[in-house]
Amino acid sequence: VSLREITPDDVESLAVGAWVLGTGGGGNPYLSLLNMRLLHKEGKRVQLMDASDLDDDAYVAVIAGMGAPLVGIERLTDHRVFARAARLMETHTKRKFDAVMGMEIGGGNGVRPLLVAANLDIPVVDSDTMGRAYPEAQMTSVAVGDLKPYPMTVVDVRGLESVIETVPSWKWAERVGRKIVVEYGSTASTCQPPRTGAEVKKWGIHGTTTKAIAIGHAVREAQRTHADPVAAILAVEPGKLLYRGKVVDVERRVTEGYLRGIARFDGIDDWRGVPMEINFQNEWIVAWLDGEAVAMSPDLICVLDSVSGEAVGSETIRYGQRVTVIALPPPDVFLTPKGMEHVGPRAFGYDLDYRSVFSA
Amino acid sequence: MRRIGIDVGGTNTDAVLIEEGKVVRAMKAPTSEDVTTGILAALKSLGATGLLAGKKIDGVMIGTTHFINAVVQRRNLTKVAALRLGMPAAASLPPFCDWPEDLAALVCGGVWMVEGGHEYDGRPFMPLDEAAVTRAAQEMKAKGLKSIGISSIFSPLDPSHERRAAELVTAVIPDAIITCSADLGRIGLLERENAALLNAALADLSRDTIAAFEDSIRESGIAAPLFITQNDGTVAEASQARRLPVYSFASGATNSMRGAAYLSGLQDAMVIDVGGTTTDVGQLKNGFPREANSVVKVGGVRTLFRMPDLLSIGLGGGSHVQLDPLKVGPLSVGYKLLKDGIAFGGTQLTTTDIAVATGLLTLGDKSKVTHLDAATCQKVFDESARLAEEAIDRMKTEAGDIKLIAVGGGAFLIPDKMAGVSQVIHVEHGDCANAVGAAIAQVSGECDQIFKDLTRVEAISAAQGIANDRAVAAGAARATLSTIESEDMPLAYLPGNSVRVRVRVVGDVAGS
Repeated sequence: VSLREITPDDVESLAVGAWVLGTGGGGNPYLSLLNMRLLHKEGKRVQLMDASDLDDDAYVAVIAGMGAPLVGIERLTDHRVFARAARLMETHTKRKFDAVMGMEIGGGNGVRPLLVAANLDIPVVDSDTMGRAYPEAQMTSVAVGDLKPYPMTVVDVRGLESVIETVPSWKWAERVGRKIVVEYGSTASTCQPPRTGAEVKKWGIHGTTTKAIAIGHAVREAQRTHADPVAAILAVEPGKLLYRGKVVDVERRVTEGYLRGIARFDGIDDWRGVPMEINFQNEWIVAWLDGEAVAMSPDLICVLDSVSGEAVGSETIRYGQRVTVIALPPPDVFLTPKGMEHVGPRAFGYDLDYRSVFSA
Repeated sequence: MRRIGIDVGGTNTDAVLIEEGKVVRAMKAPTSEDVTTGILAALKSLGATGLLAGKKIDGVMIGTTHFINAVVQRRNLTKVAALRLGMPAAASLPPFCDWPEDLAALVCGGVWMVEGGHEYDGRPFMPLDEAAVTRAAQEMKAKGLKSIGISSIFSPLDPSHERRAAELVTAVIPDAIITCSADLGRIGLLERENAALLNAALADLSRDTIAAFEDSIRESGIAAPLFITQNDGTVAEASQARRLPVYSFASGATNSMRGAAYLSGLQDAMVIDVGGTTTDVGQLKNGFPREANSVVKVGGVRTLFRMPDLLSIGLGGGSHVQLDPLKVGPLSVGYKLLKDGIAFGGTQLTTTDIAVATGLLTLGDKSKVTHLDAATCQKVFDESARLAEEAIDRMKTEAGDIKLIAVGGGAFLIPDKMAGVSQVIHVEHGDCANAVGAAIAQVSGECDQIFKDLTRVEAISAAQGIANDRAVAAGAARATLSTIESEDMPLAYLPGNSVRVRVRVVGDVAGS
């Protein structure tokens, strides 16, 4: 098994890259980054491993924060609460974890497996189950693969702890889990249904931590050398520039533990006079250019600060910000009919046939 | 309308008198080490012109970089007690956790975290632990801490825990100066708390500085109220500015850009403000500086203020010049320009000396700089122009040449032809653009309240109406009002479609 240390500089890049892959949701990784800096200062080190190096019967924790990012930036993140979600699962299933991975690479959840790894002293697997961020538990590769959707632990900072013992489907896991999270105040730390090494190898989306570090590194290098950070992302990822504009309105509502709404933009440069609207459910889901749906899930819609190249989240985007919108290609697992059922536009209530930005 | 605008910069203190929209008189005096002597000198020389005799002055508007400089240079800061209401949440990330170590060491007088705070829907997260707040206040008192920053989870939605904690602290420390994070606005606990802590750190400096400003005005014999200009190009009364000094952090730069727009009549252009020590480059959009996006770092601390998007480089009229190898700035003689420059009998070669040598400026003693030949001087100018061009290019958001307004005392360093610039505009009184910007600072109106049984659009429109009326009542001309902030947040826990709306509008002072 080859382990590579995730250096403090890697974590800085990971935080920037995971935020880009968060596609507006997942929460700004900054708070997880602060926790990780703290752990590094205490001498804790975290190792990264490839899924292919997992034993078939290895026991892998799948970590995720759930809730509305808006709540996350008030309640902040505490690494010990995520560790508690994993330990509760160990106690409940009477088995120790061999490694930990993230449910989603996008947003704060891209960094949180590291917090658990540092506490439990186990390596992080370089894979996740979304390749981005998504708002619901059934929007994962392991759900598309129909893997077992239970048990799940849900804990909060006040000591509240829940175990979802059995549910018949991923949608039920989402429904029941969501109710608990909403009662907790729309933010909670969860240990998702644990996976075997064989399952991770077959259904994980691989290399995503490394990918996020590479994107973050490109942005940070561009900032340092005053190069164009958006161009830097498009140089390391096969993405597409969709729009440049300015935020003119943001409509938000917190419902069922999600932040939903619409961000509206006025175009600049080549898009002068052309409005864009992006619907969000935590994440950017559908982008409308002058009334026409031009990008939609599962394509990754990334709204970036035009100057810094850093991602702009749906919970913090505000009037007057200048942004660049790009699209990045989705993981293959979501492009099948089954994948589309889970994360296509209709899964979010939009009566649209998926048309990829990248097929045009 | 008759106003005096004053800008206290690192090098010069500028003052202008504006009557009915015209610059009647502009003065420049070196900034004094104690700041106020410079202001007094500027006001006195204005008074000595006889222009003020028997006339009513509507206001003295002062823009100052004093507060932000204190943070950046780590000077004159007060030890602060941080009180956070929100335990057991966020315990691993206590107040000051993301501050630069040197600044935290200077400012942090202690951290207290107690139970309290709210949920996103207004339910209490934890009941406020009042006994713990009182115990914390007693410990603060024992440590001699008087300036206190209080933060609480979701306080922008429900500030009641912060307010109650402030009462409890005041009961123990009657002369406590308290900043509640809810007064500084936004969702995002760490950034809002950081703003509150920075504000608390400026408590003593703010009190002393504003008192000194008031003394200077009184001593100069001018009877007019004092206003302090704010980051967004508006003014605040002295009493409010004293309480929230962080709101005037970037006012100097905003004033320069607003002054440049006013003097040139242009609404959209790049502005380069060449001072004595630094040059700020920013872009005017509709007569206002373009805003920085989201998080802004002040002295290394993450905050969420609305600030103009500026690029500062170490170039100015007081910049050190080194001839071999050629180097201009970033060091500067600052406010000692008229003492340390070679043309003034000093020993440090500066960009001003070069301008005196070429005859571009008539200052000091030209005979002291005759050893500087024309070719050498041109090289220094070329290097200065190159530094400026680079900064302008970095601030552009669109390709193509743009108009450039050059202002500030060091604007002589900006040549008439530059790469990436279609036209360089020098304006009359451009060396006092910042003071002009202060004098024409706008009036604002704000509405921050909860609306029920209205659609979101209706609620925003109602808030806008209230904010507009308040701005007009405060002296703004209705036709000039524009919205600069608009934020709404649904309150799911309240019945009847409640939404909290915050709208801020600004407008020009109505002619009297």
